[in-house]
Amino acid sequence: MAWFRKERRPRTSARERLEIPPDAWDKCDDCGHVDLREKFERNFQVCPQCGYHRRIAARRYVELLTDPGSFVELFGNLRSTDPLGFEGYRERIETAYRQVGTHEAMLAGYGTLTGVELNLGVMDFAFMGGSMGSVVGEKVARLARRSLERRVPLVIVSASGGARMQEGVLSLMQMAKTSVMMAQLKENGVPFISILTNPTTGGVSASYALQGDVILAEPGAVIGFAGPRVIKQTIGQDLPEGFQTAEFLLEHGMVDAVVPRPQLAYTTAALIRLMLGLPPAGAGD
Amino acid sequence: MAAAPIVHLDFEKPLEELQRQIDRLRQLASERQLDVEREIAPLERKLAELKREIYANLTPMQRVLVARHPRRPYTLDYIDRAFSDFVELKGDRLYRDDPAIVGGWARLDGRPVMVIGHQKGRDTKENLRRNFGMPHPEGYRKALRLMHLAERFRAPVITLIDTPGAYPGLGAEERGQAEAIARNLEHMAALRTPIVAAVIGEGGSGGALALGLADRVLMMENAIYSVISPEGCAAILWKDAGQKERAAEALKLTARDLYSLGVVDEIVREPLGGAHSDPEGAARALGEALKGALKSLEGIAPEELIKLRAEKYLRMGRYIES
Repeated sequence: MAWFRKERRPRTSARERLEIPPDAWDKCDDCGHVDLREKFERNFQVCPQCGYHRRIAARRYVELLTDPGSFVELFGNLRSTDPLGFEGYRERIETAYRQVGTHEAMLAGYGTLTGVELNLGVMDFAFMGGSMGSVVGEKVARLARRSLERRVPLVIVSASGGARMQEGVLSLMQMAKTSVMMAQLKENGVPFISILTNPTTGGVSASYALQGDVILAEPGAVIGFAGPRVIKQTIGQDLPEGFQTAEFLLEHGMVDAVVPRPQLAYTTAALIRLMLGLPPAGAGD
Repeated sequence: MAAAPIVHLDFEKPLEELQRQIDRLRQLASERQLDVEREIAPLERKLAELKREIYANLTPMQRVLVARHPRRPYTLDYIDRAFSDFVELKGDRLYRDDPAIVGGWARLDGRPVMVIGHQKGRDTKENLRRNFGMPHPEGYRKALRLMHLAERFRAPVITLIDTPGAYPGLGAEERGQAEAIARNLEHMAALRTPIVAAVIGEGGSGGALALGLADRVLMMENAIYSVISPEGCAAILWKDAGQKERAAEALKLTARDLYSLGVVDEIVREPLGGAHSDPEGAARALGEALKGALKSLEGIAPEELIKLRAEKYLRMGRYIES
């Protein structure tokens, strides 16, 4: 028998030991920094440590870019059909409707930002990779037409892998369709601000996303025509560090500014007011 | 057309065999100075019949192979045969000349036009120079420069589409491939002169459309036009590029499909056995179709033209409003 005896004391449960419940913590997907979930939340899911921009839902961008309670969804009743009878497409669409929402790959509507009316379209990468089929194309066209008719600025937040394969050449034609409307906005001097988020590639980057009067990009977003995997396959070697990132595009003169998410609303509002010839927000309006 | 090795696609093998018999008979006859025309005539009838039968029943993937046939006429072949007075204009005035796209002034039926098209190479050396018809941004920028030139002199623009796609490489991305295509689309939508596009071979996605936003879109009978190659589609959807037949079927990329989807306005009939079996005939057919399309656009004021063009594209797409 041992000459000492360990004092037996009931262990405190994990719950009692932690003052903060475990689900209050969050970890950066990029640098691994652990911080309060609330801090991530308040920072619009941007890591307080490294600035990594985690993907957020379309709804969050709406909250970010419109005055509270001002947003009204438009064209929410547009539904994809299966025009080619493409195997498996109907099922994928149904699943995406259930899991992501009926707004398809774009949540569209109007609202105000610092009191100025705007039309806003936010692509949802969670819906089939933000792919552009007939519904996305039609929403962009209708939003642009509404902007044209009411002379209200258009803001589109892109996140897309490109055209939707399952609607074949009809998806490709959405590039032409949306371009037609963007040309009309330019002709008539209605501002169009394009915001690029991770990723913006393929048919979306090669149409309206890069047709903005002003093009903003979130830090670190991958932006390009071909996706990095395709390029890697073509050239048979690894891509240089930082290739096709927002910063790379800025350096190569393809975007106007790289704007961290917490500053998007401020920058967008300032631009809209500048382009419409309005006084700064809060200056007696 | 530059000499190219005679290539037969798998499904053309029976034709090759019959053709060889005819040739051998002819050679024999000339060597021995015999008259064998009576023997040859039925063989040639048989050959034509077989061609008709084979070409009437091509699967979508076989159609893809015909569209990519190494002896298929390319843009410069059509310019040679269906146009006159061609003066090639080069360079985007920004970076360099992209040989994957050619263009310049020419006459169609005597009338000045600006003709622009993707250009593939006939052999390895030319293909390396022309990057297999896959343009860089400077190619699209050259094309747009020429379109604006045509607009200033009130000449119609004719584009010939034949590309696997815009080149997915480092330099292309660095210099803004997406921006170049996006800019072409936007400016073509507002161009104050008629645009007629013809898909003559491969219509490879955005790289094809960047020359394809037009008042009239024609498509050669055996051409294809698709949002993605069958191989690429199969690799993404089923992780197996070998499923390309299945993808070619699903993508609905043949001229007839595109016509019924309302994306092309007219199908241009090819000579029996495909354009590669009779480039002269193919060029005649394309030339006639282009003339007809231009005629249908005559006398429309620029504002009206742009409006009609916009309406045409705004109608494209299928959706329901629940």
